[in-house]
Amino acid sequence: MEEAAGERTNLAGVRHILLVLSGKGGVGKSTISTQLALALRHSGRRVGIMDVDLCGPSIPRMFQVQDSDVHQCDSGWVPVYVDQDKSISLMSIGFLLEKPDDAVVWRGPKKNALIKQFVADVAWGDLDFLIVDTPPGTSDEHISTVEALRPHKLLGAILVTTPQAVSVGDVRRELTFCKKTGLRVLGIVENMSGFVCPHCSECTNIFSKGGGEELAKHAGVPFLGCVPLDPQLSQSSEEGRDFIQDFPKSPAFPALAHIAQQILDGTSQQSS
Amino acid sequence: MAEAAGGPQPEDCPGSSSAQAGRAAACQGCPNQGLCAAGAAPDPAELSELRSRLRAVKHTVLVLSGKGGVGKSTFSALLAHGLAADEAKQVALLDIDICGPSIPKMMGLEGEQVHQSGSGWSPVYVEENLGVMSVGFLLSSPDDAVIWRGPKKNGLIKQFLRDVDWGEVDYLIVDTPPGTSDEHLSVVQYLSATHVDGAVIITTPQEVALQDVRKEINFCHKVKLPVIGVVENMSGFVCPKCKKESQIFPPTTGGAEKMCQNLNVSLLGKVPLDPRIGKCCDKGQSFLSEAPESPATSSYRNIIQRIQEYCDQHHLPEEKIV
Ligand SMILES: Nc1ncnc2c1ncn2[C@@H]1O[C@H](COP(=O)(O)OP(=O)(O)OP(=O)(O)O)[C@@H](O)[C@H]1O
Ligand SMILES: Nc1ncnc2c1ncn2[C@@H]1O[C@H](COP(=O)(O)OP(=O)(O)OP(=O)(O)O)[C@@H](O)[C@H]1O
Ligand SMILES: [Mg+2]
Ligand SMILES: [Mg+2]
Ligand SMILES: [Zn+2]
Repeated sequence: MEEAAGERTNLAGVRHILLVLSGKGGVGKSTISTQLALALRHSGRRVGIMDVDLCGPSIPRMFQVQDSDVHQCDSGWVPVYVDQDKSISLMSIGFLLEKPDDAVVWRGPKKNALIKQFVADVAWGDLDFLIVDTPPGTSDEHISTVEALRPHKLLGAILVTTPQAVSVGDVRRELTFCKKTGLRVLGIVENMSGFVCPHCSECTNIFSKGGGEELAKHAGVPFLGCVPLDPQLSQSSEEGRDFIQDFPKSPAFPALAHIAQQILDGTSQQSS
Repeated sequence: MAEAAGGPQPEDCPGSSSAQAGRAAACQGCPNQGLCAAGAAPDPAELSELRSRLRAVKHTVLVLSGKGGVGKSTFSALLAHGLAADEAKQVALLDIDICGPSIPKMMGLEGEQVHQSGSGWSPVYVEENLGVMSVGFLLSSPDDAVIWRGPKKNGLIKQFLRDVDWGEVDYLIVDTPPGTSDEHLSVVQYLSATHVDGAVIITTPQEVALQDVRKEINFCHKVKLPVIGVVENMSGFVCPKCKKESQIFPPTTGGAEKMCQNLNVSLLGKVPLDPRIGKCCDKGQSFLSEAPESPATSSYRNIIQRIQEYCDQHHLPEEKIV
């Protein structure tokens, strides 16, 4: 309804917006955002990632573009493209800092102002998917992001957890956040679920097992699958490599591909 | 570039704990100016209230990390257990992760409620000499979300320090959420009423974590919080079957060791991945007493001892002129 407002035209060409959330830190939100973007690109989609983790942005490094800068054009900020085809575009506070180690010591209002700018002033162009990577919690960044994106094509949220009770507990609270803000839950991903020793194939559940699936059942939301702990995945994130392309035989591959497929299926159903 | 963000560049920000907060030239036009100049920084009356409440706290240690999920809460809980093993010492554990409190579960105190006494809120006690406070004790159900913006979180942190009847405390351990934002600024400001020994920084070995941790160390320098040292957690995993080690979170840029050398801070130790740590967290048990023979336990114990030594050396709190 508010789409007509002039300042919002920058998102007019974006077909679906989805948030990656978790109450818990370090469960793999940025990893899932990155891998989902790469997987969707492999299916021929144009994807953007908006990184609203302002104190600890990971997205630039996960695409190995941490030295890029954002430029200004007539319609706002030009996002950083990860390749020449411009198939994935990124916006992160990481691109705005003078020195990479600068701490962003900002209280809420300042974070909120930047998030509003990320929503209003980035020239995303035509995108099939805009993925929003968030910090852990249910505070300023989350409230501001949901408020700013509400008038747009907000598809819903993917919730990420590890199997452990300490993580599942925080994600329960995140589900309440989704309910209160009217955000649809597209599903729960259980990440870091089991580790298969590359030497002897023994599986150890370092961060336990099954907690995410149980939570999905308990909350009555879709379960998108278990992603195992996979050193090739963390290594890929470190080097900004395309995991899905480089390690099709690794244990995390089928799980990640399956998550992307479910998102694609969900949106094609919606549009048909 | 950051100018376009509607505020000054972060580097020019005097930091909300400085006397210049909200008043410096760089503060003009910053959406935080009002907060910094007035509300957020405690006024002298508040500081004196905080000071009288915290007078009986001998040592304060903050547990910080720029990165989420690296083991801050696990470490805070074990540090508290480790220090409280000495029955002569009184230990307080304060959880200021308002949106994602883990401490109640890790300390086996889930479902506990805070009680009000004549002298304020009473902490929840695990042992006679180990008291805990967390927003988790104020929620009525495990599904309750604390959907709060900064100012409300700051208000609660102030209450935790001012209105909790901590009593005589040898060590106050503060567990924090990841980042360098409201909670961190506020706790540092409020604790300026007392003596803070310093911060223990937790990281994991990979660059994705270290890049955030370097920011956290810069934050410490900015707000003049001494860095006691860095703990590298989840540092390698030894398969229980074949005993071979895997680097699940690979130290692609040299891990915490290299970072500590570059930034000239101490590395307090490395703790390996051990599935029993996660189990103990979930069950609310102390891993140190559940798995005394684990290499992770001896590593934790060494680190705790180094922190204790650090605190002993910094024994005499200088009288602060505020
Ligand atoms: N399935 C996995 N296997 C191995 N490593 C993983 C896996 N998922 C994530 N990681 C690694 O774990 C670390 C944390 O992941 P990530 O940074 O994506 O979490 P996050 O939820 O975004 O954290 P934060 O809360 O700090 O934003 C990263 O180093 C990442 O490479
Ligand atoms: N050395 C370890 N080995 C195995 N599991 C660990 C280890 N250290 C921590 N964990 C587990 O990792 C998870 C994250 O730890 P923890 O919750 O302490 O991190 P945190 O930094 O406090 O996270 P947050 O940023 O969300 O507050 C927990 O489930 C914990 O049980
Ligand atoms: Mg992240
Ligand atoms: Mg924690
Ligand atoms: Zn093995």
